[in-house]
Amino acid sequence: MVNLAIFDYGAGNIFSLKNSLEQAGASVDVITSFDKPNVYSGLLLPGVGNFDPAIKSINENSKTKFHDYVKEDTPVLGICLGMEMFFEKSEEGIEKGFNVIDGEIVVLPSTMKVPHMGWNNLEIKKSGTILEGVDDGSWVYFVHSYRAKPKFDDVITAESDYGVKVPAVVEKNNFFGTQFHPEKSGDVGKIMIQNFLNVCKK
Amino acid sequence: MTLTKRIIPCLDVKNGRVVKGLNFESIKDAGDPVELAAKYSNEGADELVFLDITASNEQRETIKELVRKVASVINIPFTVGGGVKSVDDARNILLNGADKVGINTGAINNPTVITELADLFGRQCVVVAIDAKRNYLTKPGVTLFDEGNGKFWFEVFIFGGKKGTGLDAISWAKKADSLGAGEILLTSIDADGTKNGYDITLTKAVVDSVSIPVIASGGCGESSHMVDIFEKSDVDAALAATIFHYNTHGVNGVKKDLREKFISVRL
Repeated sequence: MVNLAIFDYGAGNIFSLKNSLEQAGASVDVITSFDKPNVYSGLLLPGVGNFDPAIKSINENSKTKFHDYVKEDTPVLGICLGMEMFFEKSEEGIEKGFNVIDGEIVVLPSTMKVPHMGWNNLEIKKSGTILEGVDDGSWVYFVHSYRAKPKFDDVITAESDYGVKVPAVVEKNNFFGTQFHPEKSGDVGKIMIQNFLNVCKK
Repeated sequence: MTLTKRIIPCLDVKNGRVVKGLNFESIKDAGDPVELAAKYSNEGADELVFLDITASNEQRETIKELVRKVASVINIPFTVGGGVKSVDDARNILLNGADKVGINTGAINNPTVITELADLFGRQCVVVAIDAKRNYLTKPGVTLFDEGNGKFWFEVFIFGGKKGTGLDAISWAKKADSLGAGEILLTSIDADGTKNGYDITLTKAVVDSVSIPVIASGGCGESSHMVDIFEKSDVDAALAATIFHYNTHGVNGVKKDLREKFISVRL
């Protein structure tokens, strides 16, 4: 059985994510610090909360830095806010992100209703680990007010159209991010959760 | 493509059972919340709303255990409301598997709680529920409407639609938006339970006044009512209970009807 950790910033529902991972066959621990040894095959940064409080919750409870914890080998799935933390900074706050993917997080255009909330289509740009077996045009559930603006487009494997092209799935090395919530995206979401588990098993 | 319109079954829960009433009264039993939730999720519901309809009245907390059970059988977004007054109430609900918290009476009594919740959990977590009803006794400072029976305004009601607040629903929706609400769940007390269709006047007025998504609620008796509200207003989602509970239309059936009328839905 694959053993995963969810980092809890104390700001919302991680029950659903834990539940979906367990249903996919993983055993899951909830952690609140990076100071204990990393015994996990994969880490999840969930998608609830605000940028600054979440980053602070990690920094204040951990002497160990994120990157020293996961290094180049623990697969990490960042969901929504969790994905946003992969970047250098965010317009949502003043705290620094983990900076494992070049680029920043910017607010969605005010010409659209914000938050971008609901089911939107994926436009698959290129094949990737998380998207294996996922059809182009699949609907996934988004709920967010910010979007990633990667410095290099090659990290984007899928986009979604919301007035602007919203990077929906990003992948770089052991870092996988979704702007939407796979744990809330019905059967398509299940496939993506399973894909992440498959990476963790390797 | 862009966002689809969301179809949201609602579970009004009282004493652990799903119930449904007419104009917020005369309650009848509609089934087990966990079974219904699983069924709707599997049928293609875009989201689920769970309202503990007795919570405000009896001053008790939402049924945590039940929320947990429902959350564990669905894989779609899940909003829980009923009796939420504080950040702690909201946290309790979120920790038990809800994605969003519905707040109604609690926000009227203490509007700053909307901002507190948005700051802590993100505004997408905060669903401000507004129950509104026509009031033909006009007064200054309210948004007036006329449907041919004289001028009226929409008054916000609390405690499950039992108590008028004197507040103008349009102004309150705008205020909730500016305080940090992520979404408005708008119920027409006049339309609720009638099966005569959504309240187009109310829905359109609120949708056009706020910058956040709005869910229309109250009055849906058939799929054509959803078509109607989506065609006549820019509302984002339609909530219904009766048409799903009594198995007259499955969620999937309703969405097929919508697609035939060129409403963008997830099928």
